[in-house]
Amino acid sequence: MIAEAINFSISKGKLVALVGANGIGKSTLLRTLAKIQQPLTGEVLLQNKSLHSYSNGDLAKEIGLVLTEQLPSKNLTVLELIALGRQPYTNWIGNLSKHDHTIIESALRKTNLQELKHRKCYTLSDGQLQKVMIARALAQDTSMIILDEPTTHLDMYHKAYVLNLLKKLAHDTKKTMLFSTHEIDLAIQLCDEMIVMHDGNVFSGTPCELIEQGIFEALFPNDLITFDATSGSFKVKNN
Amino acid sequence: MPNQSSYSITFIVLSLLLISCFLMNISLGSVAIPLKGIFAAFTGGDIDKETWRITILSIRLPKAIAAILVGFGLSLSGLLMQTLFRNPLSGPFVLGLSSGASLGVALLIMGASVFGGFFGTLLLSSYSLVIAASIGSLLVLLTVMAVSFRVKDTMSILIIGLMFGSITGAIVSVLTYFSDADELKQFMMWTLGSLGNLNPEELSILAFLVVLGIGLSIWAIKSLDAFLLGENYARSLGVNINKSRLIIIIATSLMAGSCTAFVGPIAFIGLAVPHITRLFFNTTNHRILVPSVCLIGGILMLICDSIAQVPFHEITLPINAITSIIGAPIVIWLLVRKRKMIF
Repeated sequence: MIAEAINFSISKGKLVALVGANGIGKSTLLRTLAKIQQPLTGEVLLQNKSLHSYSNGDLAKEIGLVLTEQLPSKNLTVLELIALGRQPYTNWIGNLSKHDHTIIESALRKTNLQELKHRKCYTLSDGQLQKVMIARALAQDTSMIILDEPTTHLDMYHKAYVLNLLKKLAHDTKKTMLFSTHEIDLAIQLCDEMIVMHDGNVFSGTPCELIEQGIFEALFPNDLITFDATSGSFKVKNN
Repeated sequence: MPNQSSYSITFIVLSLLLISCFLMNISLGSVAIPLKGIFAAFTGGDIDKETWRITILSIRLPKAIAAILVGFGLSLSGLLMQTLFRNPLSGPFVLGLSSGASLGVALLIMGASVFGGFFGTLLLSSYSLVIAASIGSLLVLLTVMAVSFRVKDTMSILIIGLMFGSITGAIVSVLTYFSDADELKQFMMWTLGSLGNLNPEELSILAFLVVLGIGLSIWAIKSLDAFLLGENYARSLGVNINKSRLIIIIATSLMAGSCTAFVGPIAFIGLAVPHITRLFFNTTNHRILVPSVCLIGGILMLICDSIAQVPFHEITLPINAITSIIGAPIVIWLLVRKRKMIF
């Protein structure tokens, strides 16, 4: 069943996870929020203004994206890729100003990528590339960054690393970070707020509130895995 | 971004190289004319032989200018297509644009005897040749675009481009079967390619269209950079996808169409030059790539033409053969060297 009647709001400077089973419509929701696709019904408000009323150019200054799709050109250097994040602010031919360079440098610093900045993207590991994509979204200097499953294909350490980085960035830069994930355990530990899509309903709140309401217990069929509220994690049943 | 100054040095070197190739191209030929003679012809000064002046001004100069224009136009349209399709093997020839242009020209030249009537009444002027070739290549490009919306796999798009080549080739063979010897010869001469058949008027039309295409490409530079990330990212960066795509397509078909129409289908320049340029500059930034692709394309065409006119001999080889002989090994070498074509 696909979630319907979604109604939630998210506030500034928070790390917000969107979780739910496969096929529930997480990506569709994120793509709608990012205006990649039109809402099936209803309306998205960004800073109390309809998303529809934003032009591409204006929206580019409000929402940055990190998508799951492969980069078509991996011949870009890290620096070139991050610099593309400044496009909404550059002139008609894309010249970078001093200010643009400052912001690019700061995005590199915040994501710890200074050492890699002249490397070509095809030489990077998945974890490094994901950091670069996050740095690019940071350089876009938007009030919100939407990330579609930013931790897939990463090992356990890098999953925690990326989410921790996102949390730090959300708090330091006061940007809202909304991401979809299947790492519910990690999200419970690291996120400020969570949005859970389940069985046609959408629940949102802090991880503690959601645990208290018993939302996670109901998330998956309980024949195989159960939720342990005291540790905030899922356990596989050993019969 | 990284070391702007080293880019400007390369630009200066390439520009000087273009000028020297231009002078070499004019100097070489069935009779070699020394540099002094060339300058004298340009400035109207004293010249050793009066025939040199005519040779240079009315034969070699237009041909060298045509070589530069075609080099600019085909290479740049290759770059645009590689970025638009995000596919390193794209080029006006590979994707069937040249075949489309050939079909247009074949229908025009040979269609008269097959269909009679409407085609027969068309004047076989250079304008109608250009229009037919441009329409042909535009139609193929639009079809490939339409297919690329449905088929995301870039390999399939290339194969579809090759299939278009086969289909147009087949139609052309059917047409040749029914047409008479004169028409056949006219069409064959066109397919072999020649830079030397342009009168000043045709040359200025070609120059106008190529410059227009270059202008449109420069206008699209920022969105070309964004397209390197894929369309969703490009849109999220504020790029108006439909408008930019339209500009790029129009620029491509103007340049590839007009070059093919005036000098015949020329292979490999559009495919190879962008890759050679990336080797030199090692950047993906279109602000650097657009001008440098033009310069290197111009240089390569001038060199190919200098070879084609076989210095000190009366014979002239077809330019299309020379570009293939030089271009194909370059593409093979690139593939072998990198094992993977990264763009």
